[in-house]
Amino acid sequence: MSKLLTVSPSPHNYGKDTIKSLMYGVLIALIPTTVVSLYFFGLGALIVILTSVFSALIFEYLITKYILKKEPSLLDGSAIITGLLLAFNVPSNLPIIIIIIGALVAIGVAKMSFGGLGNNPFNPALVGRVFLLISFPVQMTSWPVPVQSRMQYLDAVTGATPLGLMKEGLRNGEPVSDLMTQIPNNMQMFIGNMGGSLGEVAGIAILLGLVWMLYKKVITWHIPVSMIGTIIILTGIFWLINPDKYADPVFHVLTGGVLLGAVFMATDYVTSPMTTKGMLIFGTGIGLLTVVIRLFGAYPEGVSFAILIMNAFVPLINIYVKPKRFGEVIKNG
Amino acid sequence: MSEIVIYTIVTVSAIGILAAIILYFAAKKFHVVEDPRIDDIEEALPSANCGGCGYPGCRNFAEACVKAENLADLFCPVGGNDVMKDVAGILGQEAIEKAAQVAVIRCSGSFEYRPRTNNYDGAVNCTVAANLYSGDTGCQYGCLGLGECVDACTFDAMYMDEKTGLPVVIQDQCTACGDCVRACPKDIIELRNQGKKDRRIFVSCINEDKGGVAKKNCSVACIGCTKCEKVCNYDAIKIENFLAYIDFTKCVLCRKCIAVCPTDAIHETNFPLRRIKSPVEKKTVVKEKAVVTDNPDLVNIAKKKQESNDNEAESKDKE
Amino acid sequence: MLKTFSRGGVHPPENKLSAVQTIEQLALPKMVTIPISQHIGAPSTPIVKKNDLVKVGQIIAKSSGFVSANIHSSVSGKVIKIDSVMDSSGYKKQSIIIQVDGDEWEESINRDPQLIKEINLSSEEIIKKVGDAGIVGLGGATFPSQVKLSVPKGMTAEILIINGVECEPYLTADHRLMLEKGDELMVGTKILMKALNVSKAVIGIENNKRDAIEHLTSLSSNYEGITIQALKVQYPQGGEKQLIKAVINREVPSGGLPIAVGAVVHNVGTAYAVYEAIQKNKPLFERIVTVTGKSVKNPANYLARVGTSLTELIEASGGLPEDTGKVISGGPMMGKALNTIDIPMTKGTSGVLIIPVGESRRGVVQDCIRCAKCVSVCPMGLEPYLLMTVSEQQNYERTESERAMDCIECGSCSYTCPSNRPLLDYIRLGKAEVGAIIRSRKA
Repeated sequence: MSKLLTVSPSPHNYGKDTIKSLMYGVLIALIPTTVVSLYFFGLGALIVILTSVFSALIFEYLITKYILKKEPSLLDGSAIITGLLLAFNVPSNLPIIIIIIGALVAIGVAKMSFGGLGNNPFNPALVGRVFLLISFPVQMTSWPVPVQSRMQYLDAVTGATPLGLMKEGLRNGEPVSDLMTQIPNNMQMFIGNMGGSLGEVAGIAILLGLVWMLYKKVITWHIPVSMIGTIIILTGIFWLINPDKYADPVFHVLTGGVLLGAVFMATDYVTSPMTTKGMLIFGTGIGLLTVVIRLFGAYPEGVSFAILIMNAFVPLINIYVKPKRFGEVIKNG
Repeated sequence: MSEIVIYTIVTVSAIGILAAIILYFAAKKFHVVEDPRIDDIEEALPSANCGGCGYPGCRNFAEACVKAENLADLFCPVGGNDVMKDVAGILGQEAIEKAAQVAVIRCSGSFEYRPRTNNYDGAVNCTVAANLYSGDTGCQYGCLGLGECVDACTFDAMYMDEKTGLPVVIQDQCTACGDCVRACPKDIIELRNQGKKDRRIFVSCINEDKGGVAKKNCSVACIGCTKCEKVCNYDAIKIENFLAYIDFTKCVLCRKCIAVCPTDAIHETNFPLRRIKSPVEKKTVVKEKAVVTDNPDLVNIAKKKQESNDNEAESKDKE
Repeated sequence: MLKTFSRGGVHPPENKLSAVQTIEQLALPKMVTIPISQHIGAPSTPIVKKNDLVKVGQIIAKSSGFVSANIHSSVSGKVIKIDSVMDSSGYKKQSIIIQVDGDEWEESINRDPQLIKEINLSSEEIIKKVGDAGIVGLGGATFPSQVKLSVPKGMTAEILIINGVECEPYLTADHRLMLEKGDELMVGTKILMKALNVSKAVIGIENNKRDAIEHLTSLSSNYEGITIQALKVQYPQGGEKQLIKAVINREVPSGGLPIAVGAVVHNVGTAYAVYEAIQKNKPLFERIVTVTGKSVKNPANYLARVGTSLTELIEASGGLPEDTGKVISGGPMMGKALNTIDIPMTKGTSGVLIIPVGESRRGVVQDCIRCAKCVSVCPMGLEPYLLMTVSEQQNYERTESERAMDCIECGSCSYTCPSNRPLLDYIRLGKAEVGAIIRSRKA
């Protein structure tokens, strides 16, 4: 026998999943959302998405190659996802330079400074987004009006998001029922016809992505369901107590990136807990924080902060929440 | 405005005083009476916390020194005799001199001498491989070449020679702490006395197979031929299970055994060149001959190792 | 909904290439090498010397402890040496090497294929005879069977579960046995029931073996107390604890034995060997071995003598293919990769699997992306990623408290990892170290 046999410990059978296949599973799930954002925000969306994705890729390449001195693995798709998600979290009239700064913070600070894929404690795209929100509050909160601003980029006509309208109106003492007439109806919001970040507007497209990822077993249902469920229950309680001061749960779920956050941001592998029980706690925590920020905080929108705060709890959850062991001996007493 | 400033100053001072009082009582209550000599000894120690002395860290060793009646069983291999003299001085005891030691790799089965019989494809970790099977060569005693000893070394005194696939000890950096000895699942590494002028003679093989089997699997294996045992005038060489072992306390470095060894399994270090056929020179010739292996698997293993090292460094950074 | 275990599990491609091949008798080899350590526990003590003449079925090494087993000669001929030989463990082990001369069996063995249904021995006699016949668990774990049959004091067996799951991909030895030796298997099960003094037995079979399920179900009407349970295809259902969970929905407590929940599990191969030992007086010296692989010319199931070199098994199936990358003793999930094919088959060899070069190497190890897939597939509810990390850091206290010792080494975690991380490699390392720590603590 000329060739040498290979010897390794068992198993000798290897599954088909690779980092690449999982990441591309997420990318495919992001296609409907991309299409919807291009439909509503047109040129601006295209520029923002391309800038964000390419700058994320370039930063990832440069940092892996020249700072970490490793073989860059651009094609594993994780940098594309980060870039795309960052683009989904900003308005479509954001200047190119700001997007590039956001991508640098997302990839350079939030991901690579911790050692790259798998080691970052916080969701890179959200860190980028929150950095921009704090650094460029004006640019980050001027929302182009959908459809109408399709062929415009920086000069787009801007309006407020439904959540912004609601917050502002409630502060001025207007009742919810009056404010509801100023914002699009639920169906319009569900298909994405409202002001907002690129990716957060179209509930239906995001849910399509969710169905795909569940079918392909890229993610499990625990985080999205627990997060959205918590938001529905909590806002529902407030709405039942005082429908004049608090908007209804459907409004809360459809606006302000709850769906985008629940499906694509909170489920990020690296920054979510390892056990199903932990995922439920994580999702519930995000839902709770989101509601608290929205109803009682200064920001109209709380999903990004809620996810980042819960990201910080993930190591703790991983330590204290253990899966149910097989044949666990339950101690008496 | 000034009111606010005053209130602030008063509040902060009040908190400060309160905290100081609490701390004062806490320090009193939880005060532990400790022998001051422990601190002195700890200061004298090299603070490497390598565990070479058998204690988890330098402080534990210092405590043990203070408790012990004499220092006979306690030795800091990193600090050596100088440090032990200081320690003995602090305790007012007699220091016991020990010969300086160095780690020695007792396997010379490089790629060239010891042909691979299969490709290992598991985790890059010697113990994992050793638990799995006898190794990727015919010799079930020899070095697995996955570098667990190098990882274990806290003093950067070891590296893997990619040409031979064997670890190398950098003598000047080796403190003989014994971490590598404990890490090696095959018990290949031994701590031996440094010897006069760093000269050492040792059998670089631990193969206990019969001569024929050993030689077939590795051309530089000890075959247990007993020639060295017979030629040694000082009773320093013992053969057991077809394997020679040189007792470094008895060896006088006469080098007779090296001349008679048919497989060059006995190595000498730091001797001046004496004859044309001296193994030192042979060894250097060998090194030149040894080419980087073109076996992709071995290169892969080396690469994987490198990667995993990188990852480790990262995770350490993270912590 | 078919029954299965509740937690974790994977479903690798089944690849049962040899499922339709009837069992063939392998030609007698010229020489056999019989290792004295073919089972879990103490190696047996050889009782033959060089140049002794032995017959088929003659005892050549005696059990050397409570957890140990007798070893019988599988051929007739002359002992030519007792030497250390490489076996499937990857290390050299003491073995008895016999030169074959003819095929002369011990007279006490009944070679008539006629089925004998009456069971004349008492429970104690059965257990003793099973021990004498050197029967070990033939599913692959090779735990001496008489130990499993001896119920510890204070515990009672309620149910016997016969393991016909064969959840390992590729392997078909048990499948063929169930199809071709159904009646013998049933009688063997009855014998085991009598030995354990239980009135109920369930044969668990995965649903990818419909023909075996139907065949045994039709036979079961003739045997009181035996039922057939079809199970959903899910690896590692053949694991003892998973099978008990699947069949009677009880969880064996951590660190406990199946008897703690009143169950005893035996493999179908073991049940058949028990039939032969009790009814035909035939000790365990041959077994069914699957030789398979995608590039093997004739995947087949052979009835082969213990000690036959794997080379001969592979030759009978058309020789070692050109593109061989890996040869495995056992199945692809839990089998041992071999460094040479010149090793003897033992009582525990359920199959020889040849994997082509293209599928033999692991992928490049990448960083953990914390996808939690290993946690979700672990059938024991452990966290493989964490166990690997703490073992790698040599934090063995944590390895123990995270319950590494519960790991059944099924390999689902390594199988599923998208980063190709050697999870099980390090968990095994951690288990070995923790095991040593626990033993030293007890001592």
